[in-house]
Amino acid sequence: MTEIFGVPIQALFGQLMLGLVNGSFYAVLSLGLAVIFGMLNIINFAHGALYMTGAMLAWVFLEYLGVGYWWSLVLAPLCVGLIGIAIERLMLQWLYKLDHLYGLLLTFGLALMIEGLFRDLYGVAGQPYSIPEEFAGAFNLGFMFLPKYRAWVVVASLTVCLATWYMIEKTRLGAYLRAATENPKLTQAFGINVPLMVMLTYGFGVGLAGFAGVLAAPASQVGPLMGSNLIIIVFAVVVIGGMGSILGSVVTGLGLGIIEGMTKVFWPEASSTVVFMIMAVVLMIRPAGLFGREK
Amino acid sequence: MMKRKLLALALSTMLMPVAGAALAQAGKISGDVVKIAVLTDMSGVYSALGGKGSVLGAEMAIEDFKAQFKPKFKIELVSADHQNKADVGSNKVREWYDTQGVDMVTDVLNSGVAIAVAKVTTEKNKIMLNTGAASTRLTNEDCSPNNVVHYVYDTYALANGPGKAVTKQGKDSWFFLTADYAFGHSLEKDTSDAVKATGGKVLGAVRHPLNASDFSSFLLQAQASKAKVVGLANAGGDTINSIKAANEFGLTKNQTVVGLLTTIVDIHALGLPTTQGMMFTEGFYWNLNKETREFSRRFFSKHKGMPNMLPAGTYSAVLHYLKAVQAAGTDDTAAVMKKMKETPINDAFAKGGKIRDDGRMIHDMYLVEVKKPAESTEPWDYYHVKQVIPAAEAFQPMALSRCAAVAKK
Amino acid sequence: MSRRVSIAYLIGLGLLLLAPMFIYPILVMKVLCFALFACAFNLLLGYTGLLSFGHAVFLGSAAYVTGHALKVWELPTLLGLLAGTGAATLLGWIIGSLAIRRQGIYFAMVTLALAQMVFFFFLQAPFTGGEDGLQGVPRGSLFGLDLGKDINLYYLVLAIFAGSFWLIQRTIHSPFGQILKAIRENEPRAISLGYDVAKYKLLAFVLSAGLAGLAGATKTLVFKFATLTDAHWHTSGEVVLMTLLGGMGTVFGPVVGATVIVTLQNELADKVGSLVTVIMGAIFVICVLAFRRGIVGESLALYERMIGQKGR
Repeated sequence: MTEIFGVPIQALFGQLMLGLVNGSFYAVLSLGLAVIFGMLNIINFAHGALYMTGAMLAWVFLEYLGVGYWWSLVLAPLCVGLIGIAIERLMLQWLYKLDHLYGLLLTFGLALMIEGLFRDLYGVAGQPYSIPEEFAGAFNLGFMFLPKYRAWVVVASLTVCLATWYMIEKTRLGAYLRAATENPKLTQAFGINVPLMVMLTYGFGVGLAGFAGVLAAPASQVGPLMGSNLIIIVFAVVVIGGMGSILGSVVTGLGLGIIEGMTKVFWPEASSTVVFMIMAVVLMIRPAGLFGREK
Repeated sequence: MMKRKLLALALSTMLMPVAGAALAQAGKISGDVVKIAVLTDMSGVYSALGGKGSVLGAEMAIEDFKAQFKPKFKIELVSADHQNKADVGSNKVREWYDTQGVDMVTDVLNSGVAIAVAKVTTEKNKIMLNTGAASTRLTNEDCSPNNVVHYVYDTYALANGPGKAVTKQGKDSWFFLTADYAFGHSLEKDTSDAVKATGGKVLGAVRHPLNASDFSSFLLQAQASKAKVVGLANAGGDTINSIKAANEFGLTKNQTVVGLLTTIVDIHALGLPTTQGMMFTEGFYWNLNKETREFSRRFFSKHKGMPNMLPAGTYSAVLHYLKAVQAAGTDDTAAVMKKMKETPINDAFAKGGKIRDDGRMIHDMYLVEVKKPAESTEPWDYYHVKQVIPAAEAFQPMALSRCAAVAKK
Repeated sequence: MSRRVSIAYLIGLGLLLLAPMFIYPILVMKVLCFALFACAFNLLLGYTGLLSFGHAVFLGSAAYVTGHALKVWELPTLLGLLAGTGAATLLGWIIGSLAIRRQGIYFAMVTLALAQMVFFFFLQAPFTGGEDGLQGVPRGSLFGLDLGKDINLYYLVLAIFAGSFWLIQRTIHSPFGQILKAIRENEPRAISLGYDVAKYKLLAFVLSAGLAGLAGATKTLVFKFATLTDAHWHTSGEVVLMTLLGGMGTVFGPVVGATVIVTLQNELADKVGSLVTVIMGAIFVICVLAFRRGIVGESLALYERMIGQKGR
């Protein structure tokens, strides 16, 4: 087997691919956070918990209702989106006039509730979710082993990210959205229902998290803790990228995933901290983040 | 404001009785109750190994003891979930000893928790019959022979069977996937020793967190090592997930995966097609003889699953403890420990079992191989017992003990 | 007013002196440690307006260093406490100088992320014992008193708590505390008045981290171990909850909040299992939605409304 820098090529590409997979999750999640933040000025701490909810719902659908992966991929994000809308209507909307920190605190409380609920129902050990038949097995590329499902995760995530970008930057709805972000009062004056847009934005943002959750279900264990460990990394990703641009958060997410994967090859001990170290460095040289504007 | 809160607190906690400590004279049962506590993982990654099964094992032991001995004292059983956290576990046990009058703690799976609980138990001079945790540290570096008995199995016993047998088959280079805490470290070390003693070599190891969600990147490292054998120094859900990921990444084609702590519960979860041919050490198999079958069927009727060595061992430990209390006529720690060490253990779990001076309970272990799907004739018929490892060889010899308290003698 | 407050303090202290006769001392000590932790945190959130979401890391680092100092270096108890507090203070200075580069929500996220980084360091560093934690830390003795006895340790913990509480009190009412409040109310204004806001924020952060560290160091003595739980973000969330529930920006709020939360957890853990987390989350949500001044804040407001008309 050939080697690069003393590392077998198979391991190198394998970790690269896994990094890309993780990076796609970072991208979808930080995209959702950015969209929500742009519109509501709230950092959604419940994002990780709702990502987990997406995965758990997929598992519950399969286990109790016999609903398969493809239906779950549509239904679970919808359900999560509806949960999001309920959260926005019942709770978040009362906080818009207050300090932004209250939004963070409220969603933190929600995250605890959701996580605790699933822990109580299903325990903390992960539940298995089998890979859909279409993607069972792997491509043997000669120099590496590429599990089909992981390839699909990357493709699906990137497609969703691009579609979101297109919708916000190139469509009329997106234009309204951007207008409402810049100046909600003026937009309202033009006859656009801003509260409705805020509600839908939150629903859409957490729906993205739910979608990522379903994607993650077959690739890892479905368990109540899967979201909370991820969300803090995603926060770091958001700080590094800055909240400014949608493409920015996608690129940062993917890039950091790959860097993390490479760290696993060359310096495994640092793989769990590398994202945070990068964050510290970025804070020192460019506090607003790579793609951010100081607000 | 603060005062009012504290008053409310004082009232709500209502003077927790300092029961046990006061009346522990010899010849008496403190509080007239023998209180047994099962501390285990109820909802986490190891819950399938012990958990509710262990509680059931303890209940069955109390039931059998009552039926056979008609004791004059009352027996109470409490249980709690330690969530695989050393701090949660030792806080719980400290509170049990201080305020609830608990006399003995059992199960305590998860070595990290067990080592912490052993320290509290020693400090409070109570008894811990550890049937769940594996680390040999409990009878070596962290031993406490007057208070702690390591009852069912340990990493030395687990490591020796497959470590030697697999290496002798010519699969002589190993790489470990290790759960990153006391248990995994012990298991990796003991297996490495066994492999090296048989002439094999160890190429490396990768550590993963307990209850890891994704094993793929660890397995890629194992794959890159090109070792012939990948030893899984983990347990429960982690082992199951490692084996699944190994299949997904095609690891099983060129390398042999050995689950070092595997029990029948894991085999049942994974199924025979995935696990056939695997070899490991077990302390109990339900289908050994008439007595084990009877016990296991009774257990099965309540648990909907066969017992592995943890519930079976917990049953045996609780029974042995109660018999010792009965014989000593007291629940005084020193007297009961003395009785337990004097008396051989003969029940469904162990034949001729004996508690050594260092607190290690020694009994026969079994090197088993998982059957091929075609060979299995009934549900839960999973093992070929390849070899009975006699008690004297199964566990680390006293001569090698690193336990300070025993070495002094 | 101030005389009434001092009487209240004395009664509170008196009750605490007697408490271990009625209540399981370990539980009271736990309450005191977390109360100190919450008070330290409140100095930052309540009086400076900075929401740190990674404060557990100071609790945890001090816990580990104290544990290591007592167990491995075999230092006397007081030096061990000092070492832990010093370590947390230093860490507070490092994290603080990075974090104050951002404001508001970003500040919260940065502290959370940096704390997570330190958490992973603790997970892997050999001296912490990783998942097993640092076990069997000796309590040692003080002036010939054996701290192994719960009751002796209790009075040491109480002394530490009372001393720190007094220190926090003094800080809040000092000119320094007034400047912090000015920053909380209106940062640009404080800048325009010529204050070096960054310096004051950093100082508040370091002080808060140090006191949180003292709480962690004391906690190690009480439980004889230091584990990852101390440094986990869940604990960071808990201290936010204690402060919020009790009433941020009030002197007694964090003490009340810590008492309620620790007691609740202790009472509920066996009864409802993992639903405890749900209840904690629900308290969070309710506090944010309807109860933002917390127990003490709301009570004070009610009290003032009742006698307010008469004037003071």
